[in-house]
Amino acid sequence: MTYARVVWKGLVFLTKRNSTSSWFLLLVLFQPLIFATIAFYMFKSGGREGTLLYAALGAGMMGIWSATLFGSGGLIQWWRWEGTLELAVGAPPPFFFVLLPAALSNSIIGAYSLAATLLWGRLAYAIPLHFEHPFAFGVALASTVLSLGLMGLLLASSFVLYRHANALMNLLEYPVWVATGLIFPIALLPGWAHPVSWPLAPRWGIEAIRDSALGGGGIWWEIALTLALGLVYAVAAFLFLRLFERLARARATLALT
Amino acid sequence: MKSFVKVFFVGGLLSYRALFNWIRPSIYIPTLLGGPLFQILFFTYLGRYATDESDQFFVVGNAIQVSALSAVFGMSMAVANERWYGTLGPILASPANRAAIFLGRALPVLANSAFVSAFGFLVGVVLLDFRPGWDAVPALAVIVVASSAGSTALGMLLGSIGLRAKDFMFAANMANFLLLLFCGVNVPLDVLPGWMQAISRCLPLTHGIMAGREIANGEALAGVGGLVWTEIGIAAAYAAAAYVVFRILERESRRSAVLDSL
Repeated sequence: MTYARVVWKGLVFLTKRNSTSSWFLLLVLFQPLIFATIAFYMFKSGGREGTLLYAALGAGMMGIWSATLFGSGGLIQWWRWEGTLELAVGAPPPFFFVLLPAALSNSIIGAYSLAATLLWGRLAYAIPLHFEHPFAFGVALASTVLSLGLMGLLLASSFVLYRHANALMNLLEYPVWVATGLIFPIALLPGWAHPVSWPLAPRWGIEAIRDSALGGGGIWWEIALTLALGLVYAVAAFLFLRLFERLARARATLALT
Repeated sequence: MKSFVKVFFVGGLLSYRALFNWIRPSIYIPTLLGGPLFQILFFTYLGRYATDESDQFFVVGNAIQVSALSAVFGMSMAVANERWYGTLGPILASPANRAAIFLGRALPVLANSAFVSAFGFLVGVVLLDFRPGWDAVPALAVIVVASSAGSTALGMLLGSIGLRAKDFMFAANMANFLLLLFCGVNVPLDVLPGWMQAISRCLPLTHGIMAGREIANGEALAGVGGLVWTEIGIAAAYAAAAYVVFRILERESRRSAVLDSL
């Protein structure tokens, strides 16, 4: 019960704080709108206007991934810079429960980007926001946000030992957009690249979101896969955190920037 | 004169090494080589799906645009980090020529941006079957340098503003995204609305990208002379604006005693 309270209070506090951060707003509103606009014009120039909703969903998901990557991947580094990492590690609850609300909050804020790109598409390009399966769409979105939050937790836990996590984050944004087919089908990629997306929740998440919005089969299977991967990330993050936290304390590298 | 040259070259290089945070291989490789590589792949694949343009269109556009990543962030850091590291006061108290201080640090940034852009073209050659022909390489090199100069000049302007503004990295990020949207990197200019086209023609990179595409299509350098000179002219205009802003903000910072305030 105490841990649930830690997670809930942390989630509420961090979601409020991040919602007023100009940096986060750049990441989850400005950047997705730029990419959505580029995608809209690209689809229009190719005469594929019926796919603008497809582009809006993809650009929104790209924003959720960016928020997860930079928010959660950079979490440890920020706490290092702020000098609060040692306090967070030294707090009575296990570090996993301290980090979990922060990671979930990042992906929840990331969901703003999907709302923004859909709204932008509607207002600026008159895209009809007609979802084939609205209930499934809501479940798919919630599952994807939860799973990406847990993926962010795994990223954050992996970066406890890595002092240049920000560089790795700069590298990982586009590859996941490419590998998981957020805005174009994976079938376009070479065959050897397809399995790369299998363990990545955004791939199944976007398929569930797209199928529920545009119509398609296998929605609940894709949602189940998204959630199952989230569970795997959570277990892996828990184990990594125990290992890396102890190593960082033993080597006295916890607070080194 | 000797002092000017020394401050320009030696001072510029030292400042670049000290203030450009991404210079370590552990940061440089993922950020300035890995990032551009995947940006080019991403937009080329998106282009294959969404448009009728050739891969070449996206390779040239993005290979030139990625110079902005290095130039805008590099130049912003090379100027504005003086304030963050608390060294702005001593620099401005020195009698060194301001133009030498300011322009000297642009040279390594420009060289690095051109290198990142050349790497982008190499990505196109190796991974996306981009084959402009050997004859086109010197002309593309000229265009890459001209475009890098333009984005470096934009970085200078942002860096100068960063002498006073609180979050120059925020502005650098925004500038990078806006260049991606407005400069015809992935969308032909004539597809954009008129007001966006008007803005794009005042920005660095737009004319360089147009010239690069014509060269890749077999045009000679002489045939795109107008575009290249326009790109250079825009670079010069931004550099001049940056220098003026730098001097104004320097004077204002001294007057209001906010030189090192963060």
